[in-house]
Order: sequence, then structure tokens, then C-alpha cells
Amino acid sequence: MAEANIVTVRKLSKIYRQGDINVTALNQISLDIKTGEILTLMGPSGSGKTTLLHIIAGIDRPTSGECRVQDIDVTRLNESQLADWRNQNVGFVFQTFNLIPVLTAYENVELPLLLTRLGRKQRRHQVNTALELVGLGDRSHHLPRQLSGGQEQRVAIARALVTSPSLVVADEPTGNLDSHSAQEVLSILQSLSQSAGKTVIMVTHDPKAAAFGSRSIHLEKGELTN
Amino acid sequence: MGYLIQILAMTLAGLTALVLLFTLYMALTSPIPFLYNIRSVFVRWRATLATIAGIALVVGVYVSVQAMAVGLEKSSQNTGDPRNVMIVRKGSTAESSSQVTREQFKFINYLPQIARDDKGQPLISADVVVLLSLPRKENGGEANVLLRGVSPIGMNLRPQVALVEGRWFTPGRREVVVSRRLAARFANFAVGDKFKTGGKELTVSGVMDGANTAFDSEIWMDADESRALFDRENYSSVLLRVDDPAAGKVLIDRIESDKRLPLRALPEVDYYNSQTKTAGPIKFIGYFLAMAMSVGAIFAAMNTMYASVGARTREIGTLRVLGYRRLPILASFLIEGAFLSFAGGVLGCLLSFVMHGYSIGTMSLQSYSETVFQFRITPGLVAQGLIFSVIVGIWGSLLPAIRAARLPVIVALKSL
Repeated sequence: MAEANIVTVRKLSKIYRQGDINVTALNQISLDIKTGEILTLMGPSGSGKTTLLHIIAGIDRPTSGECRVQDIDVTRLNESQLADWRNQNVGFVFQTFNLIPVLTAYENVELPLLLTRLGRKQRRHQVNTALELVGLGDRSHHLPRQLSGGQEQRVAIARALVTSPSLVVADEPTGNLDSHSAQEVLSILQSLSQSAGKTVIMVTHDPKAAAFGSRSIHLEKGELTN
Repeated sequence: MGYLIQILAMTLAGLTALVLLFTLYMALTSPIPFLYNIRSVFVRWRATLATIAGIALVVGVYVSVQAMAVGLEKSSQNTGDPRNVMIVRKGSTAESSSQVTREQFKFINYLPQIARDDKGQPLISADVVVLLSLPRKENGGEANVLLRGVSPIGMNLRPQVALVEGRWFTPGRREVVVSRRLAARFANFAVGDKFKTGGKELTVSGVMDGANTAFDSEIWMDADESRALFDRENYSSVLLRVDDPAAGKVLIDRIESDKRLPLRALPEVDYYNSQTKTAGPIKFIGYFLAMAMSVGAIFAAMNTMYASVGARTREIGTLRVLGYRRLPILASFLIEGAFLSFAGGVLGCLLSFVMHGYSIGTMSLQSYSETVFQFRITPGLVAQGLIFSVIVGIWGSLLPAIRAARLPVIVALKSL
């Protein structure tokens, strides 16, 4: 039996207005993403790959078209509904890690859980499990500035996983890392897909990173090229 | 115009209360950890310290000036014994502008409600109050000082006054006992010193302490000697003791209802409670200064919070991406501003404690004489100062917090 689609994108367009000029970031894109696959989005700068990622993840809105994630059209949710939806369904990994500098690794990972109804004990269990999973169980009380870049990104992955989302989106997750750390981060993302059945969508410039994916698609000038 | 200002003030107070309640509610329920705000406040510690210092200054000035008014009120309110009744001329607001004739005094003397001592003597005293213009220490010019001619029974009726140096005056001699607080402020007020007033020389025989009452602003001498010295036919006031409050009420009603006696009788405690008019202008100055300075403090807090929002734009974006809605973000910055200001408020209150107990003098608007009192910082004033600081912080951080909450997620995330 064919695996179900977790993401269905139909005729998705995004047009930015810059002064008097309309800039087309995405042009009538249609795409299906299967549950459990690692999809890499590649393409030159300005090709629209990050915009597509942001729309799928519910942090940006398209100008037209439909984007369904697990049968919910995210383009139709209002601000508050989108915030709740993101919290429950999507894990985010950024190129610049985006950890809160004044909070420890533990506190950073706990942030998405504070929006749930979980009690302190259960939160502690989930945070520690997530940190163990990325190999940072012993660094939970370190501040981001006390960690290396690779460790920071692993904390960010733990934060993305802690709510057990079905979808993990990563925007250039290895862009700021050395090759060794990049390898570690990619391995973790790969194991998420293979052993935990998570769907990972990753934007990358790096062909080596793309090789970790189960499928790769290319964008150019807002259109799919393969 | 006045009506408009009133509406404006009430609207402002209502809005403040609403924002305060919202902040308090969110502080208790917000998912964003309070630790995040506390630690963030100290990341930009220079700006934070400058803001805290500014707010501390405003709160310190407010609490200190109000402490002055409270001290002045307290010095009056501390005075008086609940068992004593004070009698002054009808219409006079202070003893210094009152007259009780010798006939009136004789009549009062025979009222049956007056308590008696062991020897069967009625506990009643007629005092003479005279204003003297005397030089202050160290070229401070001259100021009025209240001299009270007091009988031995009058001294017994005011047991809080105690001799701390020298000896009490001798009846029939031109001797005075000055209060310790006045001795610190006026020339020739040391034991053994002599000073002249109206061509007559008086000798200081002792120094007394009024236990933070209005008597701390008085000079005492023998009643009969003072009447002779200042050529006073009548007394200024009468103080008497009654056996119990019911007897006091009967006596007061008796005097007040007698049309032949143009006198006003009231519990001594009530009399001194009414002597707090001087505190009014001081309180007003306190409020005015606080209002004027708080505008500056609000802008200082606003500046710091805008800088903070600017520096943490990406953090705000991250929180939004993780699922935090606009309202908790708004509340988070309000709480942070309130905390920042509260820290300033605490510092301001601590600074104002330096003034606690410090003696100061001013001209009483009741007796027109030098009134010496102490700065009194009460728990109520500290609470006022702290609430005031939180309000300054909340108003200062409202606009930056709104900006933070309104940031589009994508724009916030792309911030460097």
C-alpha cells in the first residue's frame, strides 16, 4: 500500500510587493510529500525554497493556492489557530539555531511544552528524553553560549522534537556548522525519519546534505524544475 | 475644564487599573517563564541600571516628600491622651489664636465630670500659649517658637513629655525648658543659656523630649510666671481629664450647649488630629513632583524597553514560531517593564530610608510657629512607592510591548 501524503500543495503562489514591482516567489507550485520521507528542497538563492518551507510550516501565507498538512488547510487558519497548530504539529530547526540566549538548553527545549497541558514531571521526562536523543543529556544546564555550534543545533533539534510533531522543517540546518557537526545533525534528522517515522523537510544548498534525503526537489524562480 | 480633567484622570486611572490587572493575570498564567524576563533585563545591564536609577530617583523623591507629610501628621496625631479634653475659644483653629477667660476657667473647674487626683484636686490645667520670635542657629534668621505656660497639673496631664537634661523650671522664676528638637535648631537653647524676648531675659533650665509629639516643637515655662511676663489677662486653652469616655461626652455636651460659654470642647486626640493642615501643601508638592518626574521615568523605561524589543526581535520570532500567541508576548514585555520598574521602586524606597527619622522644621499653618518633626516612612508609603513604580513600568513598556506583539513572524525571524 502506498504511504499517505502528509503534505499536499496545490497551485501555491506567493507574490511579494516591493515598491511598485511584484516579485513572484512561488508560481503555481503543486507538490505531495509522503509521511516519513526526508524531502530536501534545493535551488539557488531567491528560488523560493524557504518561502515554500515557511508556508508549509504555517509561518507565512501564500497569495493563492492550497496547502494541506494532515488534511488541514493551513492557509485558512487564523493567527491564533496557526500558532496552536504549529506548536502541536511542527518542529523547527533554523540555520542560526535560534535558541533563547538567556535560557539553558533544558529551558529552551521545554519552551514548546509550556504551551501544553503537561505537568512539570511529564515535561521534565520529555525534555530529558529529547536531550538524550540528541546526545546532550549531560549539557542540559548549559547556556547556549557555553555550547559549540553543533551542540546548539542539536539542542534546537531536541526542541523541535519535544512535542512529538509529525513534521520537522529545517532551514539550512547545517549552514553554520563544520563538516563533522553537520554530519552529526544530518544523521539525527535521518534517524528521525527512519526510526521515528517523522517527515522531515529540509532546505539546503549543500549536495552532501541533500544526499541524506529520500527525495530531493529543485526550485528555480519559484517553480519546480524536476 | 475641571470636569474634563476629572474625566481624563478617571479614564487614565481606569486604563491603568485594567492594564495592571491584565499584567497581573498574565503574570500568573503566562506560559513564558518569568525567568526569561528577569535574565533578559540584566543582559543589557547598563541601560537597565540607568532606568532603574531613574525610577529609583522618582520613587525616592515621592516617598521622601510623602514621608515628610506623614511625619508632620504623625507628630500631631501622636499627641494627646484619649482621657483628656481640650477646651479652646469657639471659632479658633489653634491654641495660639484662642482665649479662655479666668471666669470661664473657674466655671469649668467645678464641672463634676473632671477626674481628681489622690489629694482630691481636679485634674485641670489652664495653659498660656505665646509665640516668640527667636534666632535660629548659624544665621538662619528668626522664626516663631511656641512657648507654653503650663501648670504642674498640666505637666501631669502630658506624661509623654520627659526631662532629658538639666531640671524642670522653678515656678515664680523666669526659667524655661526647651524641647531637644528645638534646642538643635535655635540659638542659646543649651542648658544654662539665656535669651531675650521682648526685652525680658529667660534662662534655659532644662531640655525635654516630647516623644515625637507636637510638644517637640514647644518651650515650656511656669503658667503663672508666663502670664505675668507676657502680660496676659486670659488663658489660651484648658486641658482636663475625665474619668471615662462617657463622662467626657457629657462634659463636652455641657460646654458646647451652654450659650453663655463661647467655647469649644473636644477630645485632646481629636484636637491634635485636626492640626495637620500644614501637611496638605507638602503632600501636594509630593504628588506634583512625582507626576512631573514620572513622565521622564516613563520615557526612560520606554526607551529601555524599545531597545530591548529591538535587540530581541529574533527571539520574539522564535517564540511565535514555537506557538506563542501575540498576547503572551505582549504580557511578557509588560511584566518585564514592571519588574524593571519594581526594582527601581525597591531601590528608591531603600534610598528614602536614609531620610527616615531625620528631623526637619517648617512653619505650622495652624500655630504659625516652628514645627519640628521627623520623616516617617511607613509600610503604606513603601507600598504606594512600589505600586507607583510598577505603574510607571507598565506605561513605559506598553508601546514597546505592543510593537513586540505585532511583529509579523517572518519579519521577526529574519531580523539579525
